[in-house]
Amino acid sequence: MVKVTGVMMEYYFVCKKKLWYFANQIQMENENENVLIGRMIDENSYIQEKRNILIDGTINIDFIKKYKQIHEVKKSKSIEEAAIWQVKYYLYYLKRLGIEEVTGIIDYPLLRKNLVVKLEENDEEKIEKIIRDIVEIVTNPSPPSVNRMKICKNCAYYELCFV
Amino acid sequence: MKQSYYIFNNGELKRKDNTLEFYLEDGGRKTIPIEQVRDLYFFGQINVNSALMNFLASCHIAVHWFNYYGYYSGTFYPREYLVSGKLLVKQVEHYINPEKRIVLAKAFVDGASANIYRNLRYYKNRGKDLSNIIDEIDYYRNQINVSDNVESLMGIEGNIRKVYYTSWNEIINQDVEFEKRVKRPPDNMINTLISFLNSMLYTKTLSEIYNTQLNPTISYLHEPGTGRFSLSLDISEIFKPLIVDRLIFSLLNKNQINEDSFYKETELLQLKESAIKTIVAELDIRLKQTIEHRELKRSVSYLRLIRLEVYKLIKHLLEEKVYEPFKIWW
Repeated sequence: MVKVTGVMMEYYFVCKKKLWYFANQIQMENENENVLIGRMIDENSYIQEKRNILIDGTINIDFIKKYKQIHEVKKSKSIEEAAIWQVKYYLYYLKRLGIEEVTGIIDYPLLRKNLVVKLEENDEEKIEKIIRDIVEIVTNPSPPSVNRMKICKNCAYYELCFV
Repeated sequence: MKQSYYIFNNGELKRKDNTLEFYLEDGGRKTIPIEQVRDLYFFGQINVNSALMNFLASCHIAVHWFNYYGYYSGTFYPREYLVSGKLLVKQVEHYINPEKRIVLAKAFVDGASANIYRNLRYYKNRGKDLSNIIDEIDYYRNQINVSDNVESLMGIEGNIRKVYYTSWNEIINQDVEFEKRVKRPPDNMINTLISFLNSMLYTKTLSEIYNTQLNPTISYLHEPGTGRFSLSLDISEIFKPLIVDRLIFSLLNKNQINEDSFYKETELLQLKESAIKTIVAELDIRLKQTIEHRELKRSVSYLRLIRLEVYKLIKHLLEEKVYEPFKIWW
């Protein structure tokens, strides 16, 4: 049984190969500068809130605020679509657990901006299709091959991927 | 940038808040910023306590211990932090299955001998008389592919090294009288240098493996787990010609190391502390040297080449890409 986490949903949009490595526990050591910056942001933002809430052993919400407001913290908007689907997946997951009317927000502390995310019509069907896709990708014995993209050069997996 | 820290002084290394502080015996004090530490090398007499070791473990920092004479004692290898059950199963599978194991064992010997060959070619082009030795190496290299078990591969590698060592008197401009490899204890300058630098390379490789998901005790050419992290031996084999052997040639040919660098104690020769410092400093310079990597299209240090080798092995085990050993391409 594959537990589809929020990070896996995000990686599905960022890179299918990264998704495979991550889901098969090939994680990178944290020497990559962007990974370090991301961790610093996580550790030093919104520290007064209730943070890193793991639900059902599956989705890990950065923090929850006031009444039914879930927040995801990001460093930049460079892969915003992936972040949006990550949050939509949280909303979908909570709905399955019977928790409705939740607001999703992506926070960009460095940009002093945020973005409200909602589940639109057809999103649930789309998410269900993505979940089936993710399970298929990550249970494959080997990672899928990918083309070099512009974002690759900043990826912590770059060397593993292209060597 | 993370780097190795080498401690030669006597004193006490302590955790101080969230960083490291070294209290020298003579009263001085030095701060070592923890974020910059890849691993630690202890050559002096250094007192540590469990608070320090726990802190180093939580920061994923290995400690390599050497005694006063530069003999490698062992490594504090902290709890694994990058673990993949799936990859471990694959690693074991490639050891248990003789057909899969021989593929990797051959690759290590192939890579090591190709790099030896490169070194010889380099010195031949500089006018050294090495044609016969190169032919002999060629003869043994052709046996690698037809070999069908690990013992015979080890034999071939032994023969290649033996022939290779006969060239060292020619390559090295100092009068070194190097006849054959003797370990435990090394009996002349060259053997002492090889022993010391091989153990340094072994620890460098071990630190690289530690920062990946591979388990260091499961190996393919060397027999696993006889008191050593044997995967580190497999991978170092490939890099000895590039890193250890070339460094020895250069240290001796530039006269940075000579007879004065050693103590003679009964039958064995030991490196002086000043010589160890020189060697370690030169090794560090060499490991930081970069080359343009053809596949990655970015510059990569010699040390990073070792990490890349580990990644290539991971990809082989995951059946993503067949492992091809690193061969000097410049």
